[in-house]
Amino acid sequence: MANYSILTLARNALQRHRGWPQAWRSPTLRPSYDAVIIGGGGHGLATAYYLAKLHGMRNIAVLEKGWIGGGNTGRNTTIVRSNYLNPESAAIYDHALNLWEGLSQELNFNVMFSQRGVINLAHDPGEERELRRRIYANQLAGVDAEWVGPTQLSELCPILNLDPNIRYPVMGGTLQRRAGVARHDAVAWGYARGADRHGVHIIQNCEVTGLDIREGRIEGVQTSQGAIRTPKVGVVAAGHSSVLAAMADIRLPLDSHPLQALVSEPVKPVMPTVIMSNKVHAYMSQSDKGELVIGAGIDPYNSYTQRGSLPVIEETIRAIVELFPITSRLKMMRQWAGIVDICPDASPIISATPVKGLYFNCGWGTGGFKATPGSGHVFAHTLAKDAAHPINAPFALERFYSGALVAEHGAAAVAH
Amino acid sequence: MLLLACPWCGPRSEEEFSCGGEGHIVRPLASAEMDDAAWGDYVFMRTNTKGVHYERWCHANGCGRWFNIARSTTTNEILAVYQVGDNKPELPK
Amino acid sequence: MTAGKNRLESGGRIDRAQHLTFQFDGETMSGHPGDTLASALIANGVRVVGRSFKYHRPRGLMAAGGEEPNGLVRLRTGGRAEPNVRATDILLYEGLVAESQNRWPSLNFDLGSLNDRLSPLFPAGFYYKTFMWPANMWPVYEGVIRRMAGLGRAAETPDPDRYEKQYAHCDVLVVGAGPAGLAAAQWAARTGARVILADEGAEFGGALLGKAEEIDGGPALAWVAAIRGELAEAENVRCLPRTTVTGYYDHNALTMLQRVSDHLAEPEPGQPRQRLWQVRAKQVVLATGALERPLVLANNDRPGVMLAGAAQTYINRYGVRPGQKAVLFINNDSAYPVALDLARAGVKVAAVVELRAQAPLGWLSRLDEAGIEVMADRAVVAVEGKKAVSGVRIGKLNAARDSLVGGMGRRIDCDLVCLSGGWTPSLHLLSQSGAKLLWDAAAGCFLPGPIDQTAAQAVRVVGTANGGGNLQDCLDLGAEVGNSAANAAGHRRRGRGPRSPKAATTPDETPILPIWSIPQNGTSKAFVDFQSDVTAADLHLAAREGYRSIEHVKRYTTTGMGTDQGRTSNINALGIVAGALDVDIPEVGHTTFRPPFSPLTFGAVAGRRIGPLLDPVRRTPMHAWHQANGAVFEPVGQWLRPYYYPATGENMERAVNREVLAARTSLGIMDATTLGKIDIQGPDAAEFLNRVYINGWKGLAVGGCRYGLMLGEDGMVFDDGVTARLAPDHFHMTTTTGGAAHVLDWLESWSQTEWPELSVYCTSSTEQWAVASICGPNARRLMAELCPEMDLSGEAFPHMTWQSGTVAGIAAGIEARIFRIGFTGELSYEINVPAGYGPALWQAIMGLGEKYAITPFGTEAMHVLRAEVGFIMIGQETDGTVTPHDLGLGRMVSSKKDFLGKRSLTRADTMREDRPQLVGLLTDDPMIRVPEGAQFIAGSDASPPQTGLGHVTSSYYSPNLDRTFALGLLQGGHGRHGESIHIAYDGKAVRAEITVPRFLDPGEAAK
Repeated sequence: MANYSILTLARNALQRHRGWPQAWRSPTLRPSYDAVIIGGGGHGLATAYYLAKLHGMRNIAVLEKGWIGGGNTGRNTTIVRSNYLNPESAAIYDHALNLWEGLSQELNFNVMFSQRGVINLAHDPGEERELRRRIYANQLAGVDAEWVGPTQLSELCPILNLDPNIRYPVMGGTLQRRAGVARHDAVAWGYARGADRHGVHIIQNCEVTGLDIREGRIEGVQTSQGAIRTPKVGVVAAGHSSVLAAMADIRLPLDSHPLQALVSEPVKPVMPTVIMSNKVHAYMSQSDKGELVIGAGIDPYNSYTQRGSLPVIEETIRAIVELFPITSRLKMMRQWAGIVDICPDASPIISATPVKGLYFNCGWGTGGFKATPGSGHVFAHTLAKDAAHPINAPFALERFYSGALVAEHGAAAVAH
Repeated sequence: MLLLACPWCGPRSEEEFSCGGEGHIVRPLASAEMDDAAWGDYVFMRTNTKGVHYERWCHANGCGRWFNIARSTTTNEILAVYQVGDNKPELPK
Repeated sequence: MTAGKNRLESGGRIDRAQHLTFQFDGETMSGHPGDTLASALIANGVRVVGRSFKYHRPRGLMAAGGEEPNGLVRLRTGGRAEPNVRATDILLYEGLVAESQNRWPSLNFDLGSLNDRLSPLFPAGFYYKTFMWPANMWPVYEGVIRRMAGLGRAAETPDPDRYEKQYAHCDVLVVGAGPAGLAAAQWAARTGARVILADEGAEFGGALLGKAEEIDGGPALAWVAAIRGELAEAENVRCLPRTTVTGYYDHNALTMLQRVSDHLAEPEPGQPRQRLWQVRAKQVVLATGALERPLVLANNDRPGVMLAGAAQTYINRYGVRPGQKAVLFINNDSAYPVALDLARAGVKVAAVVELRAQAPLGWLSRLDEAGIEVMADRAVVAVEGKKAVSGVRIGKLNAARDSLVGGMGRRIDCDLVCLSGGWTPSLHLLSQSGAKLLWDAAAGCFLPGPIDQTAAQAVRVVGTANGGGNLQDCLDLGAEVGNSAANAAGHRRRGRGPRSPKAATTPDETPILPIWSIPQNGTSKAFVDFQSDVTAADLHLAAREGYRSIEHVKRYTTTGMGTDQGRTSNINALGIVAGALDVDIPEVGHTTFRPPFSPLTFGAVAGRRIGPLLDPVRRTPMHAWHQANGAVFEPVGQWLRPYYYPATGENMERAVNREVLAARTSLGIMDATTLGKIDIQGPDAAEFLNRVYINGWKGLAVGGCRYGLMLGEDGMVFDDGVTARLAPDHFHMTTTTGGAAHVLDWLESWSQTEWPELSVYCTSSTEQWAVASICGPNARRLMAELCPEMDLSGEAFPHMTWQSGTVAGIAAGIEARIFRIGFTGELSYEINVPAGYGPALWQAIMGLGEKYAITPFGTEAMHVLRAEVGFIMIGQETDGTVTPHDLGLGRMVSSKKDFLGKRSLTRADTMREDRPQLVGLLTDDPMIRVPEGAQFIAGSDASPPQTGLGHVTSSYYSPNLDRTFALGLLQGGHGRHGESIHIAYDGKAVRAEITVPRFLDPGEAAK
């Protein structure tokens, strides 16, 4: 396994890069594993990585029905932040943010985590009140958060429209300086490479077709590549969680919707930070390649089609042109959708189920990417110990029966 | 962009409608006697079907009437439109 | 200024009588109407038009149409500047200004080209392997990467142009006006079906425009002109040139971008720049053509390397000569006519290098007559030259075609290399529609799979998009499918159809020999994706490193991710990866095409609904008065409400204090029109309210008013308001301003879908009524003058009742509804009159109130006034997690009936005693106003990390109390009255006493 560095890059350059090994292998499925992760997205691969690295479980497999990172990991707008309202949420997202900060070095794979700050705008006094509440809650939780007024905003983002006479003038916003963006594909690949180094089997094009359950306990998994025996299954399948839950006769509090996003053509840097607005409903950053990366909303109906509807895009682009008038003559290069699993309280589910040995990590809705390392880390703990990590304990399914929801509609940024 | 046939107004673009999510969820009449689990199932748990989804729509920016449809969540094909209160329709194979 | 040294003496669809001057990189040049910027640049001898994305290699034009990967320019200047415009799409106009991109300091001398020298260090994905040490240097590395990346520069100032949207329905939408599309449109139109025919180009004709084909014994373009004329005259046909169909959405909804005035220097007065069409078509016929593929070989990106069909188009359509001496390298028949056309145009054709072992005999004889040498079983193995092609190397490949036999071989001097690696049907829209594409190994391309016409998408494919190469087949199938699409849309032709056109015959086709890359002996770059600078070696590297799915390869190498969406590169990339992995192409898969087909202007997607039209503004009938009296407005939902009314020299704080004092000491008036109002009627109206509100409604007497709370099924408060009983079967409900629409939807959904047995009707009446709310000790005195006929005594008109009456002096006989309710705890009346009478009512009250120094107050003063008496504000004291008990309103919860959300109130968590509960707060220092949102903490140390105990929901200074006060949701707060608590914000901790959430009692005066 080659280490990645400028030195190995230079050395390989001399051999015209013919010496690089596979980033991860393509092993054959074994008949049994100590644990199986269903879903080869960022969260699933991170789970496998930490299971192997921190909990010594090496005989495990990640089953991916398509290609790894091909779901929401490769379809999101790459924003990473932790400025959530509730302490339970701030804890898990900040746990993730701490891991993000060393992730490139941890994985020896540059995930291009760019802490260029994330700004949430307020357009009326009510929004300002909500955002300030979040700042004070974050301050207490130890999450960096500060208020920025229009003058500071114009320095942080010169192309932002701060004209006080527009329909919804910008009054200010919150800034989380440690927040930013990352290279989404690299997160999946980096974790895959890391997990593979620790012996994890990454099995692509392997669709799970059934769960073998006997006397309330998971015993195995049926797949398109054959049956597997395993005492532990962690399902990390985002928009398809309900489909897998149905194989165990479980219903989840989820609805799957397409969440749309789009990019412009690449242009020279104009957008030094990340800006989000709930009121006019848009958020935008610029990738290192130069594309403006723009998040839109969810389609209002359940769908597994990965196809978005135009009205959602129209609304978002109106907001973008309003907030950033110089974008009017730029062009949309691609639009796409990912299937997100929307949970009633806009918080995730990281939970045991009525079936022993069967765990779900889902419900991340529109905001799962940012949590990838933290989610994988605590889910690995949950799987290994058969007990929740303190950080994910509040996110059990039980909350939908007790009523102890973790309401994050405001902080989740996309109004559902 | 879906084209939905409102039973009262005819085919209209999806922008005129609001989607009310999964249909045929009956509100329990004796909720006081239910345990927390049964009530939580009613309020929060959904089938979220991949395939034919029976769901409620309202012609919100039109006649304001609610109706049901059966729609494929994998192709968005609309297989049936029917009245509130009707049973799930038989679908052609 | 050059006249165009490469302009042919004659030919081309340009107007030679007129000259247009334009500037490229500051140099003035000349062209003709009918030129594109690309053809005009070639005419003027410009070879290098841009620098590549990563290696900054000099690049020339490779195509003549929308697949052009290299020729991207920044068009126009100032607010109209547009980056990344394909020179091949730009129609020349007088005064056009364009500049090249991604170079510094100049196109000719670009420091970025150093990257090309260092390229061994920059293979695909190099950035994933490095820039990790030291970790804190990443922001510096990233800054450099960002500056190097990106193509053009965005405009610096806002766009002065306007965009429009248009919506249309049709029976048959034909996409593409080449031969197949024209035939389809003609046949569909003859049935009387409503037809829309859209084409990207300025002229109809498609591929025929660039060729010298014949139909019915004459030039094919004469046939095009005849059909064009017929369609233009038909009332049921809409012809849209310069219109690109960009997206294929569900249920046959398509978007089209019409470039209304991009071919002009600027739009005519009143004209939009572009128009975004949204078309709902019963049937769609895709006649989207096919795109030629280049061949992947060493240095195939040098300026002067061009697609064969593009060279042909430049000659035939634009009358320009793309070079002086050409070598063609081909693996299929389509480029043989190109060789003949080049020769006819005076280009010396040094050789046609034919990959196949045997050149097709029919063509061989024709080329022989023209004196053109054909070298069969040979390949161009390298291109030489740097800023321009200087020659090629010809070699022979082994049987497996994966290495050279006998080295680099003979060199031929030339300045133009025409490549034809086969044709890729343009199926982007078909793929967007959800239809599957199938790999055809013999044809070396994807073709439409079986299309399920019973599904939501009714689409058919004709012409070269369907794999047909022969002009006659395109014409025949186009006609047949145009007719059947119209039939499927319910239209049938009466009488005979149009006469079938006959195309001139060409030699029989011999099969293509697909090849995805040409082996070389050296290490020169062989480009696959020109725009993204992806080479064959990059793809091999990706495959070697385990990126096996085409989606992985695409993301790892960025192939196909450019503005051309890989139009010329996708298939070559697939082929190379499949070869590297030793699998068939379908196993590698193909990427899903996503909208838009062609980059789509943000402004066009936004349309007119930006700026002041972003969102409708709702104003009350009294808005003009508020404005004239200096109100500052607060947006609440779509409404603009007076926030406060500063007197001259007053700041917000002083204005609000004055307003608050006046309302408690004399008389205040507030515009309450924006509150939601719902008229509820029907014999079961009271039962209905019983089910949606937490409290009981059946016992409310006619004439009475009651405050109600609504919960979601999760038990959380989401709206409140006072509802009055107008008659046994008639109620007037009020809601919050922001919640009005949602409440109506909520009521409708329950009444229609769950309780159809209830006879009840809900109607929004928010905008029917204008509402003035007056309050203060002098309110009754004012009312006595305003409504002199009314008995206003406490006994006759008590608190929480309403009466119908008339207002003196404003339109006799008009019913006013007067409610003895308010937001402030003071003696209050809410006077509702039909909306049109609002201004008159307001004027009347202001006139009568003068003697009481009546003071209009805005939302901020209202917030202070209601908080002083502990009235909750939805959205401030509630946030979707608060139950009636939490608010101290548990006594309202009826035990006698079920209502929405009731069961949720007795779950384990909602019964917890330490839930956040509403309390009052008085800071030890009466002048410290803690900010709203500040957090309660257990001790007195605000240092993180710690878990808060709740938050401040409302916080104000009260001029009545002459101190600050606050409301908050504190864990277990109901049991903590009299204790103290610390409130944390910005690192501070401020001590406050916990009190009941009520600070003032207007007492008897309000009764």
